[in-house]
Amino acid sequence: MIDLTSLLLEPFQHAFMRNAYAAIVLVGLICGVMGVFVTLRGLAFMGDAIAHAVFPGVVISYIVGGSFLVGAIIAATIVSLAIGFVTQSGLLRNDTAIGVFFVGAFALGVAIISTQQSYARDVASLLFGSILGVSRADLWLTFGVGSGVLIALWLLRRHIVTISFDRTFAQAQGLNLWGLDQLFLLMLSLTIVISLQTVGNVLVLAMLVTPAATARMLTTQLIPMLAVSALVGALSGVIGLYVSYFQGISSGASIVLVATAFFILTFLFAPRTGAITTRVARRLHFEHPERDQFLEDGVAGSRF
Amino acid sequence: MTTPMQSITSRSGRPVHTHVSYDPARVARMQTDCLCVHFEDRSALDDVTLQFYPHEMTSLVGPNGAGKSTLLKCLDGILEPTHGVVILDGQPLRGPSPRVAYVPQRSEVDWKFPISVLDVALMGRALHRNRFLRLSESDRKDGLTALDEVGMRRFAKVQIGALSGGQQQRVFIARALLQDAEVFLLDEPFSGVDAPTQALVLQVLARLRTAGKTIIFATHDLVMAAESADTCVLLNRKVIATGPPATVLTVPNLQVSFGGAAILPTGLDSRP
Repeated sequence: MIDLTSLLLEPFQHAFMRNAYAAIVLVGLICGVMGVFVTLRGLAFMGDAIAHAVFPGVVISYIVGGSFLVGAIIAATIVSLAIGFVTQSGLLRNDTAIGVFFVGAFALGVAIISTQQSYARDVASLLFGSILGVSRADLWLTFGVGSGVLIALWLLRRHIVTISFDRTFAQAQGLNLWGLDQLFLLMLSLTIVISLQTVGNVLVLAMLVTPAATARMLTTQLIPMLAVSALVGALSGVIGLYVSYFQGISSGASIVLVATAFFILTFLFAPRTGAITTRVARRLHFEHPERDQFLEDGVAGSRF
Repeated sequence: MTTPMQSITSRSGRPVHTHVSYDPARVARMQTDCLCVHFEDRSALDDVTLQFYPHEMTSLVGPNGAGKSTLLKCLDGILEPTHGVVILDGQPLRGPSPRVAYVPQRSEVDWKFPISVLDVALMGRALHRNRFLRLSESDRKDGLTALDEVGMRRFAKVQIGALSGGQQQRVFIARALLQDAEVFLLDEPFSGVDAPTQALVLQVLARLRTAGKTIIFATHDLVMAAESADTCVLLNRKVIATGPPATVLTVPNLQVSFGGAAILPTGLDSRP
């Protein structure tokens, strides 16, 4: 009989695992919250674009030995402005402009890093993260930048909700749509950058989109959605890290797979919207109409 | 009483001369002066000069593409006219103003957004007061009162997308009420909503008119335009006619505006 407590505590004997858990909880919470707005505004593709667009900035700062945060933010800002500029010209759709610039920027990053000696190892750690290499200083940076993003989000919550829900009304209220959009993209860039080390370039999109999508199926209100999304994000991180530790799976992939499992389970079994739940409810309604009281309280009646 | 020639500067910097009447009972709350809007190669509004007064409900009538929405957007300050100027309480309008409330067409909204009816209504209150702080308890109470007036109080906690079209329209009216504006602009408030909602919206607008507000709504429902408004503006890029509905909505005017094939509702042309 294995002692569960000691098994669960085992990874915490190592300092690098303690840092890794702290990092993934922070990233899970912050990405969960930001992800809600990303999915509500239909910016998932833009998130993917920024995640790839920061690549050349990270590579250059890695080579010249500067702060990767600064390099990434510069690259992300240039690319998001370029996308905005091309979209504003009215010649191309927004997603087309995103497609052009993010692959272009990513290719630039690959081109630069391929000139380096340790090409393969560097690329792997940038693309898929190196959560076990998270240092104390990295943790503080993640914490500081993440708190800044969350505080800005809290201060601007009504503005962001208004421009997401009803842009015409937001404009009529005198809000600066362009400025708020750019500010939101900057916050998104910061979120992605602090997540890069833990889950990497390619998988960060899952941390933004999957917990928020899961939360959306469980609630129709914003505040509960933010809470559920942050919780799913952090929980996926912790469980994923355990799976990775005990099964020897790549940590980024394992975390994303746990989040995906949360999503699929919710899609099938969510109380009101689940694909299987609603089918069972419908069957119960026709085969056992005398039990409809239960349905009204539990499933069908919760609309209003 | 004199009518001085006032010189003011339009948003484009060009001086605009306008007569401002100082008869206190009949001071225009909002007026447009030679308003023109061009979209690339197309002219959407041409030389529109209109006055809107307190205690007055005006209907904007015209076929699709006549510039009704464009005019409302200019009056709200969202859209900058190519030429001309919008004047609100004697001052040229430079961008959106909290004194003007705007109810856009319902289709422009993200219905899946997880937001409750009360929170949608409170958007009217949220942004031009205490920008960053929490809404006060009195704001919340006002929100419920406004929802009560449009008969939506019991839906306060429901997600906005779960409502019917008419109910959604009522919530947007409540949001406009919470702005404490002087001018209310409504884009097609009666299209696609049920009869009880139409009646209720009219009742709310009548209350606002009694309170001295200026109300301007766009519609392509000629009966609604004729029966509920004090003044009617018949628009097709230019102002075809303006005045009391009975003198504006005549067969010759409607044929000019809608083209020869306009089908008139029975009874409208025989009004005194």
